[in-house]
Amino acid sequence: MSVDKTLHTRRAALRCLAFGSAGTLFTLAGGVFTPVELADAHNAALPGKPLFVQISDTHIGFNKDANPDVGGTLTRSIALVNALPQRPSLIIHTGDITHLSKPAEFDLAQQLLSQLRGTELHTVPGEHDVSDATVSEYFTRFGQPSGNRGYYSFDHLGVHFVALVNVLQFKPGGLGTLGAEQLAWLADDLKGRTASTPLVVFAHMPLWTIYEPWGWGTGDAAQLMELLRRFGSVTVLNGHIHQIVQKVEGNVTFHTARSTAYPQPAPGEGAGPGPLTVPAEQLPGMLGVTSVSLQRHPRALALSDATLAAARG
Amino acid sequence: MRRLPQRAGKDMRKYYMLLNALVLTLLIGSGPRLAAAADAATIVLAKGFMFAPTAITVPAGSTVTWTNRDQEPHTVVSENGLFRSGALDTDESFSFRFDKPGTYRYACSIHPQMVATIVVQ
Repeated sequence: MSVDKTLHTRRAALRCLAFGSAGTLFTLAGGVFTPVELADAHNAALPGKPLFVQISDTHIGFNKDANPDVGGTLTRSIALVNALPQRPSLIIHTGDITHLSKPAEFDLAQQLLSQLRGTELHTVPGEHDVSDATVSEYFTRFGQPSGNRGYYSFDHLGVHFVALVNVLQFKPGGLGTLGAEQLAWLADDLKGRTASTPLVVFAHMPLWTIYEPWGWGTGDAAQLMELLRRFGSVTVLNGHIHQIVQKVEGNVTFHTARSTAYPQPAPGEGAGPGPLTVPAEQLPGMLGVTSVSLQRHPRALALSDATLAAARG
Repeated sequence: MRRLPQRAGKDMRKYYMLLNALVLTLLIGSGPRLAAAADAATIVLAKGFMFAPTAITVPAGSTVTWTNRDQEPHTVVSENGLFRSGALDTDESFSFRFDKPGTYRYACSIHPQMVATIVVQ
């Protein structure tokens, strides 16, 4: 992009995002998912077959200083995914599709997400998506695959995908909760699957405790880990905290994605987990998506995080 | 129990004008019911990721109004399912009238670390 004076405005900075990557591409290699920068994905062949792209925390409806144009940054993220040389056939949205659960926000989000070319969209709700008084707007639109429970599973290219909900049974003062019913369902869902089946488990809130005072974790995640432990390759993907945090525990790789809307403070910095306003020129580097690709020999997943600033912004 | 409009629009302003008139009438009038009427417009703020005050005591029949003063949305959800606001954006309000005595714990469903209590006497 040529540099001109308009670059100094926030709107121009956001326009610039169109040329960066906005996600993480996941590839599966040797039983381990490996993240690869989406920007790199444009320049070099990824190890393996593109499996899916994770988009998170689009917060359609947010309009404050931290990013007055969240529709614009989502559109640019989508353009980036559409421009991948090998387009993945799945998109996973790990929640906070909207900011206030308003029908108009969901409508706009769906309209924008429908611009993802030739890909199948899978979602889980974030707490912002179930904040309407009747907790119905999300399920009206995205409840069908799960029979309105929110959690479900499916298979794709030999990988078993599990979508979990940890934002509905919130406990005052507590972390996210999966609940006994969902854990029982998952135990049944995984029963009989071979340990060599690669698993991708996704939910909105982190499935391990990142920062308890802000509720950045899931209270009954230990029970989930018991169910996942016997599998040789498990990738756990979350959103919610608008920044990348990774951890590897045995065969389980944990990864949180960036938001396409606005950054949040590092754990414990400031009054609470709210939108972080940064200088306009820094914003593109703090927004992004995650891509995952699948390697056959050895069988593993590779993750790639990319920001809207990484390429030509 | 009665749900009041979620947003403080024209109707809400009319409601408060009427309420103020009522409070004024009672102020001029008699003693014992004064507290109840004065508390009828109890305000709780959601500010800095906390409800303030975190615990209040009101007489039965009081209406409590929550107003969000943060840049981040909050909700007001009772632990026992009695009341649940929608997402309140900055400066939006939600009101609920407490008719029965008791202790009502509530939280923000978006930030469950925000917990508070209303005691109705």
